[in-house]
Amino acid sequence: MLNIPLKDHFRQTRIFNARLSVAASVLLLLALVLAARIAWLQLFAHDHFSTLSQANRIRPLPIPPVRGLLLDRNGVVLASSYPVYTLEIVPEQVGSRSELRQLLDDLGRLVTVTDGDLKQFEKQLRERPRFEALTLRTHLTDAEAARIAVRRPYLQGVELQARLQRHYPLGGLGVHAIGYVGRINESEMSRIDKGAYRGMHHIGKLGIEAAYERLLLGQVGVEKVETNAHGRALRNIERVAPLAGRNLHLSLDAKLQALTEEALGKRRGAVIALDPRNGAVLAFVSTPTYDPNPFVNGIDSTNYKALLDNPDKPLINRALNGQYAPGSTIKAFLGLAALEAPGENFDPSRPVVCDGSFNLPGSRHQFRDWKKAGHGTVGLREAIQQSCDVYFYRLAVALGIEGVKKFLAPFGFGRKTGLDLMGESEGILPSPEWKRARGLPWYPGETVVVGIGQGPILVTPLQLASATAALANHGRRFTPRLVASAENAKTRERQEFPPQVLDPVPLQDAQHLEQVIQHLTAVVHTDRGTAYGIGWNAPYKIAGKTGTAQVAGIAQGAVYREKETPERLRDHALFISFAPVEDPQVAVAVIVENGGHGSSAAAPIARKVMDHIILGRQSAAAVAPKSEHEE
Amino acid sequence: MNFQRLHLDKTMFYALLALALVSVLTVYSASGKDLGTTGSHALRLLFGFGVLLAVAQVRPDNFERWSPHLFAVGLGLLILVLLIGTIGKGAQRWLNLGVVRFQPSEIMKLALPMMLAWYLARADLPPTLVRLGGAFLIALVPAVLIARQPDLGTGTLVFAAGAFTLFLAGMRWGVIAVLAAGVAAALPILWNVMHDYQRHRVLTLFDPESDPLGTGYHTIQSMIAVGSGGFYGKGWLNSSQAHLEYLPEAGTDFIFAVFAEEFGLIGGLILLGLYVFVGLRAMLIAFYAQNAYARLLAGGLGLIFFFSFFVNIGMVVGILPIVGVPLPVMSYGGTSIVTVMAGFGILMSIQTHRRIVEH
Repeated sequence: MLNIPLKDHFRQTRIFNARLSVAASVLLLLALVLAARIAWLQLFAHDHFSTLSQANRIRPLPIPPVRGLLLDRNGVVLASSYPVYTLEIVPEQVGSRSELRQLLDDLGRLVTVTDGDLKQFEKQLRERPRFEALTLRTHLTDAEAARIAVRRPYLQGVELQARLQRHYPLGGLGVHAIGYVGRINESEMSRIDKGAYRGMHHIGKLGIEAAYERLLLGQVGVEKVETNAHGRALRNIERVAPLAGRNLHLSLDAKLQALTEEALGKRRGAVIALDPRNGAVLAFVSTPTYDPNPFVNGIDSTNYKALLDNPDKPLINRALNGQYAPGSTIKAFLGLAALEAPGENFDPSRPVVCDGSFNLPGSRHQFRDWKKAGHGTVGLREAIQQSCDVYFYRLAVALGIEGVKKFLAPFGFGRKTGLDLMGESEGILPSPEWKRARGLPWYPGETVVVGIGQGPILVTPLQLASATAALANHGRRFTPRLVASAENAKTRERQEFPPQVLDPVPLQDAQHLEQVIQHLTAVVHTDRGTAYGIGWNAPYKIAGKTGTAQVAGIAQGAVYREKETPERLRDHALFISFAPVEDPQVAVAVIVENGGHGSSAAAPIARKVMDHIILGRQSAAAVAPKSEHEE
Repeated sequence: MNFQRLHLDKTMFYALLALALVSVLTVYSASGKDLGTTGSHALRLLFGFGVLLAVAQVRPDNFERWSPHLFAVGLGLLILVLLIGTIGKGAQRWLNLGVVRFQPSEIMKLALPMMLAWYLARADLPPTLVRLGGAFLIALVPAVLIARQPDLGTGTLVFAAGAFTLFLAGMRWGVIAVLAAGVAAALPILWNVMHDYQRHRVLTLFDPESDPLGTGYHTIQSMIAVGSGGFYGKGWLNSSQAHLEYLPEAGTDFIFAVFAEEFGLIGGLILLGLYVFVGLRAMLIAFYAQNAYARLLAGGLGLIFFFSFFVNIGMVVGILPIVGVPLPVMSYGGTSIVTVMAGFGILMSIQTHRRIVEH
């Protein structure tokens, strides 16, 4: 730098002063613009605005729209809105806190106000602005509404409104798919477009109610009301009717849903039934369920705590977020890998001798087969049919963990399926990198157990069902979808959501998949198959695979005895299947937590689901005119 | 009263006093003659003047020394607010200190210009490109944190404060041109990523009638208030727009509309003139300031004051979209009065702590 500091200082000041002048001039100019605008408004447009001001007795009031219905595939109503009398209070109009307390006491003598109501009201009082109407009671009886209406002139700040209330007529049925609406809270308030929700108090919180909020919501209408100088309404001037939200037709079958929930009974578990031809979700079950209706106006803390503390965790969406070891069900997919991409040391045409255990070379650790004595000499068919573990230990080692991952990924494991609900879990399709990212090394033994769906691999019931549908569909895949179409409530015009095709599972030879399907059919229809219990009397052909996933580790040399194990540590029972084998209409995944064996606990539930879809429709077709059932 | 010994700038002090007086009268009218509201507003103003007096006693070199620390504290609080807000799922702008709740974003309105002035004054001006980059980062981080709360209005304001300081520091016109071109090029992209309702809000500016119930309603009612005031106004306490509750947020964001309705064009222009006067006085203080830090800080504070009232009044008279920026000093409520007054305290300190001997 050649500049001496003094000169530099002078230059800095000069630049700064120049900039300051520029800024000041620009801002003065802007101020002049403001002045000009004010002058224009107050001089030239004064007459216009003066007239408007005097005529300003017209107040626009919002008319909330009717939220769209949710219907199952047969038109059964799953969620609807109906008007109820609600008792509302505008705190600002009531006055001071003590006046409000007095008013609440007075109202308590006119209508029943429970402690829960009061708590909810206090909560709103803290969270909402004082000029807004806060709900004290909903579902007033006619007598209660009449008592309030008569005294209305003496009750300053009290409003009696007929509001639309969301209702789930079937209670907890399919709650994990349907979700519920609830009061708009503070953080949602800052996220949403307040204009679109004017006059409304509820928003979809979970499930379809949340995922399809935009379609269900509808558009607010406006009513222009002439008021007197005190703001009291005199007459209506103009009305722009609200636009009701779209009715959503779900692919779910309420009857099937009910039957499946009932089949699971008190057990914890999940069942997904898909139509493999288009990805439509026919049943979406997670048990236990819970009743969404109390959530609509805010569930009171006692009941909410009871739900949270329930050891069966009903609020958890097991179908969407439950991540389970797939157990032997993974063999259905790895069996295909044996044919498609056999490892260097593995020839699927040569049988393997199963003596009940497997050792990695140079290791004394024994990986046991579920059948202590072993299955003898088994080919792929027997290995799938009897669920031989040793065969798949060998296969997994031959494929290597990278090979396993590469093969399973196209079925959608380890990734969201893209179901039209929010918050889906991804499961885990493990690899050495995955473990390294968590600072852990990959052990060769983990590759072995992944071969039978144990170890670090985790899947969601939805992923399992979707992968099964891909098998059924000869590798073609669709995004699973709960909503089939949206209907304009007024014109009845339906907008169908076309099936979303995903990348198919790449196959070297379509014959390979045929073979695996034959083997899976043998699981159900031959007397040595693990699911023969549901297959021997089935009037249609089923392909399936049982699975039993360990919950607790068993020490080397120890024996697992179901009866002696505490229930929570018992194995999870799994079953995947599709039917009819020739022309699959349904793919099912069943998981029964701590249910024991896949064959005894899970498979019968899948059979009920398939019976309903395949036989139920056939028997209906016999009665009804045929044309209606050509779907 | 010896203003110099109290470290007050006489001219600006009287101008602020006038604004405060007008403010109390207008809030009284806008609140529907509510003495509680008016009283609490007056108290807040009084407290603001107290803060001003206290801040004015601090020597400018102390501000300079504290700048990075204050900025760090402000940044920490902003992050804290985001974290707490996330956990509580509630309001994310406020930090509850038991007795008082306050918005850390308000601190940033002062801390950011201070930090930038400190950072830029440490090296020769105009700043090199690298230092410019650093300064942009310093401005961007708090602005993004605030915008995420979400409080887009304050976030923009804070970032604007940073941009003004950079401009005054002598950022080259070439760089400014490139940035302006960049912003212009980004506008169509911004338009595409905006939510439907945000676009809607911009469009209603041009055609308020298209959404008479929503943002258009605010603009229409506000313009009716100003326009119906006419040349002389309807007189104090006669704002029918506010009293019949057609005008939303009459006491806060739209207080200028109430004033213009009651005091007409004459009153409106006088008030506008008062604001311009205060803003220009701040710039004059910057002009006379003795070192780079004081100059940059005073200039930045002056410009941000100018900018705030332009945005607010522009919104009220319907030439800018509705954003929740209060009118400095006049608007009722919020912590903003304290921040604004503290800012004026800094200006007065810079003005009154000049060494007497110069040149």
